[in-house]
Amino acid sequence: MRETPIGTPIRRLDAISKASGTQMYLSDYRFDGMLYSRMVRSTVARGRIAAINMPPLPDGYYFITHKDIPEGGVNELYMIKKDYRCFAEGDVRYIGETIGLLVGPDRGVLLDLEQGIVIEYEEGVPSISIEEGLACKGGPFVGDRNLFCDFTIDKGNIDEVLAKAYRVVEDEINTGWQEHVHLETNAAVAEKEGDKFIINISCQCPFYVRKSVAGLMNRPFEDIIVRQTTTGGAFGGKEHFPDILAGPLLVAVNKIGKPIQLVFDRHEDGAFSVKRHPSRTRFKTALDKDGNILGMDIDVVYNAGAYESCSYVVLQRGVFHAAGVYTIPVTRVRGRAVATNTFPSDAFRGFGAPQTLFAIEVHMCHLANELGIDPLELKKRYFNKKGDITVTNGHINDTVVLSEMLQQVMEASGYAQKAATYKPGSGKGIGISFYNHGGAFTGNGEQMIIKAKAKLHRRADGIVAILVGSTEMGQGLQTALAKIVARVLDVDQDRVVYDNPDTSCVADSGPTVASRSTMIVGKLLERAALEMKERWEEPGEIITQAEYQHPEGYPWDQSTFQGDAYITYGWGVCAVEVEVDPLTREVITKGVWSSHDVGVPIDELVVKGQIHGGIIQSLGYAAMEKLENTAKKGFKQVGLSDYIIPTSMDFPAQTATLVHNPYPYGPFGAKGMGELVFNGASAAFIDAVSRAVDTEIRSIPIPPETLTELMKHGA
Amino acid sequence: MVREIQFRLNGKDVSVICDPLKRLLDVLREDLGMVGTKEACGEGECGACSVLRDGAIVTTCMIPMGAVQGCEITTIEGLRETERGKCLIEAFADGGAVQCGFCIPGMVIAAESLLASNPHPTNEQIRHGISGNLCRCTGYDLIVDSIRLASERGNGLW
Ligand code: FES
Ligand code: FES
Repeated sequence: MRETPIGTPIRRLDAISKASGTQMYLSDYRFDGMLYSRMVRSTVARGRIAAINMPPLPDGYYFITHKDIPEGGVNELYMIKKDYRCFAEGDVRYIGETIGLLVGPDRGVLLDLEQGIVIEYEEGVPSISIEEGLACKGGPFVGDRNLFCDFTIDKGNIDEVLAKAYRVVEDEINTGWQEHVHLETNAAVAEKEGDKFIINISCQCPFYVRKSVAGLMNRPFEDIIVRQTTTGGAFGGKEHFPDILAGPLLVAVNKIGKPIQLVFDRHEDGAFSVKRHPSRTRFKTALDKDGNILGMDIDVVYNAGAYESCSYVVLQRGVFHAAGVYTIPVTRVRGRAVATNTFPSDAFRGFGAPQTLFAIEVHMCHLANELGIDPLELKKRYFNKKGDITVTNGHINDTVVLSEMLQQVMEASGYAQKAATYKPGSGKGIGISFYNHGGAFTGNGEQMIIKAKAKLHRRADGIVAILVGSTEMGQGLQTALAKIVARVLDVDQDRVVYDNPDTSCVADSGPTVASRSTMIVGKLLERAALEMKERWEEPGEIITQAEYQHPEGYPWDQSTFQGDAYITYGWGVCAVEVEVDPLTREVITKGVWSSHDVGVPIDELVVKGQIHGGIIQSLGYAAMEKLENTAKKGFKQVGLSDYIIPTSMDFPAQTATLVHNPYPYGPFGAKGMGELVFNGASAAFIDAVSRAVDTEIRSIPIPPETLTELMKHGA
Repeated sequence: MVREIQFRLNGKDVSVICDPLKRLLDVLREDLGMVGTKEACGEGECGACSVLRDGAIVTTCMIPMGAVQGCEITTIEGLRETERGKCLIEAFADGGAVQCGFCIPGMVIAAESLLASNPHPTNEQIRHGISGNLCRCTGYDLIVDSIRLASERGNGLW
């Protein structure tokens, strides 16, 4: 009998509980004696706190500030750097910065109290946009240039190439803020058990939360226990941001001694949470007289907001993906993360790659227009191949099958015929994009920083428990990991369990980010399961563990950013067809086709769900998710009536295919894919709209009113 | 201010004493401990808080208790006990409709409301039927497929 392929779908482990409404999320729990809390936040983008005038607090109500930090604790939340404060102290850097936490038994009273607080500020002049940040409007507040980081990577000598070029094409592409809109807002309950602090929290990375608050509380890691609660969506928005809730809550619990809940309402979650980095990418592309690309000088700037958080790492990923899936002979990429007085930008599915991938795709279309050829013809000439040199002077190690994937998408979409018959400006257009996503942490991060571990425990009852810190947030990880373990052990699926992690019980398998969990943690569990299988006949309990081992032969220097930034990539091709209403400029999407290389899918239905969801989020990013920010008011579109995400009516059913391309170091040949599927549809959409209206589009999002403006005034 | 409000909840008579302006959502989740109904926006935009009132889908974050007097309310806790509810839940699980799950109880309610009036909807009609329910994870396709699967499997249930 032939074994069923690993990818054959099984029912997700969490499907029935979630569909029947028995699954509990953070705000569904009640704790004995639980108090509620509300954050009090800065209402100015930059300034000094002159006075905080409090209304009288009734008995049993508290206002917690930096003054309540335990002795020896530091006013910091330790993310990648230690620059992010738990509470504003003296000055404020952005609208929404935490000043204090109101705590008490009745939420109505807390709301009234919050409205009664009057904070006086000496206001400074804030910078909001990338340009204002670079110009140090109001004076720099980070170093003397408002830059969190500024670095350049060279492949060959771009100055020589530009000097000798037959012609140089310049371009500038911009992308806006994007809000995650995980349907479950940010939520946590902190409490004390004996002398330990417990945080129950909707989050991606329980060990990140623990690390971020240990210095604040002046406690060793073991004294802080983080329990992930079933997480109703995250997309990066619950990577570092839960730290912002955990810090003040713990300081409050330390003082008050009772469980305290903090749940954001939708408006708070929209106005006062992290977002995707806005970006500005500039190109100077050198062409020879036959229209060949000789080199590109690429300048990338991300708006990081008021604190660094993970912006340096986000920017690195952006820079390393700046040439897209193309091998350009000579490149220079400069990256800067500029400080502004906006809510800090942070992780969001794709983690810096979507911005530069969008930019290169759009720029390639513009180059094709300059050369008078179909964008697809130009792009195909430069496709990455195995062995090609990357922008970091490393290698493409994958067997790249973009041509096969393109073939699938061409056949499904009828691209060739449609591209030929839909005339520019006819109101009809089809566009196509290519993209990739480097798997797991950049460079040797898995080896040097994360050092992931995974543990399996066959209990006395014969059930095998997966003990890792990786989390289910909707992406299907629970099912994927349990499937890998059950398959290796050759036991029934229901003999493998995987509960939400508790940092006091599980191995630190690293954060649930960077599309690394199936590929890296899944591989560790595969190894732990193989060992357990060998010992299966032993009586009683068995515990097996595996630790990350970096494959040999993929050099990387983190100080110079030289070498293999990623051992492997996931790859994607997406085509989008649109029709634009000549009067309203409303864009109707007629079709969406894609092909992805995720190595080998661990579960085809889970992968399909990720593809469809990621592509719709990417189309929303380009088409409708407009988010403005002003110096006086902060983010403007903060509720779901203003910040518009796709509904079931906005985009048609998709056609998605996969190619089989096993990755030797992944479990069953699997690679990462959760972010890949976000990285390309926005560019295909913009390519299609640009052709339909015969206008180059250099900035997203592009809701109808923006498109109308653009067509009136030109790009 | 407070008054007694009587209604039927999942087939049982209930009476609560509260401000008639209090949201049905809060009464369900907090006073009655029925937390299967979720809150994701609080302003009638997302559908996560959907229940059936006299068979019609409503968003409970927008319904004051005064508007519930004498009505028949069905929540996910009630629906899941019925043959139709079970059929829908199984189809959602088999069709891959569920990711983070936060929108899903509301989606199941929307699917019930749709199939009750149109037992064999087209894909377009399904899309229309769930257009008041936002999902950020799935891109909707697998939810649509799952509702079609329920409609096929549940021949005669609706
Ligand atoms: S919570 Fe009621 S519609 Fe969103
Ligand atoms: S499954 Fe996450 S919002 Fe729908």
